[in-house]
Amino acid sequence: MSAIILFTAVSIAQLMLAAAMAIASVRMFRGPRAQDRIIGLDTLYINAMLLLVTFGIGTGRVIYFEAALVMGMLGFVATVALAKFLMRGEVIE
Amino acid sequence: MMQSAADMPVWAAIAVAFFLLIGSGLALIGAIGFMRLPTFYERIHAPTLGTSWGIGGIMLASMIFFTVSSGRLVFHELLIGIFVTVTTPITFMLLARAALHRDRAEGNGNVPDKPNRSQPAREVLGESDPRRG
Repeated sequence: MSAIILFTAVSIAQLMLAAAMAIASVRMFRGPRAQDRIIGLDTLYINAMLLLVTFGIGTGRVIYFEAALVMGMLGFVATVALAKFLMRGEVIE
Repeated sequence: MMQSAADMPVWAAIAVAFFLLIGSGLALIGAIGFMRLPTFYERIHAPTLGTSWGIGGIMLASMIFFTVSSGRLVFHELLIGIFVTVTTPITFMLLARAALHRDRAEGNGNVPDKPNRSQPAREVLGESDPRRG
């Protein structure tokens, strides 16, 4: 019983997160200006992180958590560097 | 998956499913809003749904799942939750300021002008001298 509940919930959550990633990547490719693309990338990696944690719940392994943590940290640094580039025209002054 | 999930009590499975669906549903709603809102300054609000309760719901689900299935307290997911909660406002404020700077520099017209502050106010706020740009 609980296995069925968990399997259904994990499948639906994976579908929803994959749809969110698809929408974010559409905005990333289409976005009228550079800042829209950067926010699209940000949304994309946040959703990918959530999808990894959902995989971890589905398989019962802890290794996905570490991948999600690394992804969150690198994504933050990347987005801040891109925002800084838009602001100043160079990343490291 | 079924190895660890089959011997789980039903209330825990229902709680995990509830938080998982709340989290992923909010992430999806945020992404849809990000697609549909018309201007950049409105669009920047939508993904924060996914980064606040989207992260919160899925991390809560993961914490409940691993705590119940492994029989000991597991809360290392808090690390991601706290990290994302702290960094998202920084990211989006930087991006909004960069977008405002670009719109002002290009004279797009639909953004407010740069406020005309006195020199002490600029020093307090940490802004640069407008003559230097």
